[in-house]
Amino acid sequence: MQRKIQIIYVALISMGLLLATVAFFWSTRVQIIHPSGMIAEKERDLLVFATLLMMVVVIPVFVLTFVFTWKYHVQNKNSKYLPNWDHSVSLEALWWGIPLIIVAVLSVVTWDQTHKLDPYKPIASNKEPLTIQVVALQWRWLFLYPQQGVASINLFQFPKDRPVKFEITADSPMNSFWIPELGGQIYAMPKMQTELHTISDRVGKYRGSSANISGKGFADMVFVAEVVEEEDFDRWIQSAKQAEVLDFAGYRALARPTEDREEKLFRLDDLKLFDQVINQYLVPGGRL
Amino acid sequence: MKEFIFGRLTLDAFKHDMIEYGAGVSMGLVAILVIYLLTVKKKWGWLWHEWITTVDAKKIGVMYIVVLLIMLIKGLIDALMMRAQQAIASGNQGYLGSEHFQQIFSAHGTTMIFFVGMGAVFALFNLVVPLQIGARDVAFPFLNAVSFWLFAMGALFLNLSLVMGNFGGAGWLSYPPLSGIEYSPGVGIDYWNWTVQIAGVGSLFSGINFFVTILRMRCPGMTLMRMPVFVWACLGTAVLIIFAFPILTMSLALLTLDRIMGMHFFTSDFGGNPMLYVNLIWAWGHPEVYILVLPVFGVYSEIIPTFSKKRLFGYHSMVWAIIAIAFLSFIVWLHHFFTMGASPGINSFFSIMTMAIAIPTGVKIFNWLFTQCRGRLTFATPMLWFLAFILIFTIGGLTGVLLSIPPVDFQVHNSLFLIAHFHSVIIGGVLFGFFSAFAYWFPKVTGFMLNEKLGKWAFWLWFVGFMLAFMPLYALGLMGATRRLDHYAADTGWQPFFIIAAIGGLVIAAAIGCQVLQFIVSIKQRKSNRDLTGDPWDGRTLEWSISSPPPFYNFAVTPTVEERDAWWEMKHKPKEKPVYKDIHLPKNTSMGFWIGVAGFFFAFSLIWSLYWLLPLSIIAIVTLAIIRLSDEEVEYTLKAEEIEKLEAQHGTHS
Repeated sequence: MQRKIQIIYVALISMGLLLATVAFFWSTRVQIIHPSGMIAEKERDLLVFATLLMMVVVIPVFVLTFVFTWKYHVQNKNSKYLPNWDHSVSLEALWWGIPLIIVAVLSVVTWDQTHKLDPYKPIASNKEPLTIQVVALQWRWLFLYPQQGVASINLFQFPKDRPVKFEITADSPMNSFWIPELGGQIYAMPKMQTELHTISDRVGKYRGSSANISGKGFADMVFVAEVVEEEDFDRWIQSAKQAEVLDFAGYRALARPTEDREEKLFRLDDLKLFDQVINQYLVPGGRL
Repeated sequence: MKEFIFGRLTLDAFKHDMIEYGAGVSMGLVAILVIYLLTVKKKWGWLWHEWITTVDAKKIGVMYIVVLLIMLIKGLIDALMMRAQQAIASGNQGYLGSEHFQQIFSAHGTTMIFFVGMGAVFALFNLVVPLQIGARDVAFPFLNAVSFWLFAMGALFLNLSLVMGNFGGAGWLSYPPLSGIEYSPGVGIDYWNWTVQIAGVGSLFSGINFFVTILRMRCPGMTLMRMPVFVWACLGTAVLIIFAFPILTMSLALLTLDRIMGMHFFTSDFGGNPMLYVNLIWAWGHPEVYILVLPVFGVYSEIIPTFSKKRLFGYHSMVWAIIAIAFLSFIVWLHHFFTMGASPGINSFFSIMTMAIAIPTGVKIFNWLFTQCRGRLTFATPMLWFLAFILIFTIGGLTGVLLSIPPVDFQVHNSLFLIAHFHSVIIGGVLFGFFSAFAYWFPKVTGFMLNEKLGKWAFWLWFVGFMLAFMPLYALGLMGATRRLDHYAADTGWQPFFIIAAIGGLVIAAAIGCQVLQFIVSIKQRKSNRDLTGDPWDGRTLEWSISSPPPFYNFAVTPTVEERDAWWEMKHKPKEKPVYKDIHLPKNTSMGFWIGVAGFFFAFSLIWSLYWLLPLSIIAIVTLAIIRLSDEEVEYTLKAEEIEKLEAQHGTHS
């Protein structure tokens, strides 16, 4: 009798914890569960789908653990005891087979979604994509707008509903460029360029950061990605055009290690600055 | 001249902050206490003859456990310091500087993987494999001692870095270019490099040793398909070690060349490529994960049948699952860096291979569960650890599959979600498995049982502590918190979760306290806890057929095996009178220890650029090896009459 009460307690506690967890993710602003962009939403959907699919195996495992522990406990003298029962072709086929089917289903979905959500893949839209070039420095982020001729440090803006193409490199140890609410991350590496496409349909300020350890000031490599209306974006570009000019010499000064977290705008005349940053590493002694 | 003698070693190397001084001083005090006790109790000779010069696998196994327990406590202190920092540092800098914090998490990872995890693997190899296959020793007893001493020297380096110089701050795998000479000019990365390199070479030797042991030293009648599943798991692990560890050795060697000789394998400029390092290190690093977990799968495959009073379910499935996991573990390494910009085709391939590993792993779990089905279950502590393992490892497996889907990985990679995932599999799997094995084989190794009551306390505290410490990290990861942050802005709203995690850390500390207490109490009460039968759990495999602790020659008479679960079958048959024969046993030798010491100086000279010491240490290693290899009298004979006398004293039942 007492064991039955124990079981009821265990069941109630686990149900309570499960409900509390679901309620938490439902209600609080958990960025990856409640994102603000199409890419991040699709990534979230995939996460939820895979979790639910795996419940087909996970729930039986938990239930069987519980049932067997209770039923075949040595105190339960009435249960069957077959000490030499050590294989069953049909049962084993079942648990080779079912996970195989689940993994097969998940593989097809993964293949499809990995191609659809490839960070290098441009987002289909009737609007012209905006190119933003990103340079990870020690320890801050530089954003270059070659189409508009402006640049900024530690914050950047882009208009809502317009696809954005990030071209990413680093002039520092390896970093990872990540804006959780807009979806996906990709490494920022010296000498190399990686790409990431995103889009947002909601005006707002989103936290971005480096996700890969890059030395002393790593924790401060936080930036703000601000999604604004088209007119506000134009105004922001105009104000940046009034700011001081960023040339390669100025860039060199910016690239020095610092934990300064100021946000700053620049006018960018040298539209090839990004390529120069990458090319320094291709020329022996180019960074001296 | 001064530079030639002292290299990079200056007085500055000993200057630290108060916390590091505290650590150094307390380590020094413990060392002094140990030396004092050894001297007062006149135990130096005992230490030298019984332990340091031993080539007996059982004793080497115990020494692995000593090192791993010390390192477990060190790693725990690291963890508590990190969680305390993160619980405080919301909108402020906390109490640790960022560089110190980064050294701590790098040391924590290195400690836990290379010394606690690998230590557990080799302790189990040494203590259990020879006994389960009915062997008197391992294939290469001397090499086994060398392996251990290299492992111990690696651990020594990690702790030495607290007193002299500092440790690397580039994470437990130290990706270049951060770990290159340009961004990390100090000795920290060199300490990390040589800690791992020295221990890694020792691991490679052990892998070869146990591969040969399992293939060549089995007793008559023990065909491959009659081996206990634990031995199968160790065989799989040994194969993984043999294939994976040379990759680690080479990657670290190339990193050394970059750092010391100014070469450009992994630098960003002059045509080097850091991505090459990331690939190489994970080509070792992923199999490493299975090197840690496969033996534990083996442990559960022994424990569940014993405590279910029933044969293991699906033996053939289990064996093939081990082989499948071992094979697949070599073709999944890219899933550690889907975010490095590979094409979707490549990412998908590695993703699907990763998911495929979930199939054999799932099969093992169902086979364990059906071993319990229609059994007679009892729940001593080893079984409690198994239940916690099922729950936590399944959660870890689920989140592992999520991480293996590239588009999901883009959102949770390098976040605390990833940290929570691998702690679920490594604590829930490897560590709980080791605790389970520890409680299970403890009476075999020592001759007395562990205190069950404190063991159960430790278990429940561990379980609750784990949940509190790591479940919040899953939530934090989904809230965009990355790993390795020494502080964060207050408006992120992360602090409550970090505080819960820190409390969980304290509960785990209490659990480990309970385990230490359990150990002490069990030793104090050993007279009433003696295991006189040699078979306290009513076991099924050969190690339970001999007395506890086993005689130094393991088996007085080499057993002959006719079935799986050999001992179970034997004890239900009438006993025959044993016929003793002479035994050849390896002699003790101090050479393993001295090679370890020479290896220490070799690495020490490279860390501190002591280029006069370097050739001396190389010469020492080569000379010691030659001396040992030209020694022809490495064995002695134990006469049959003597064995008969010893067996009569032991009062064994076989």
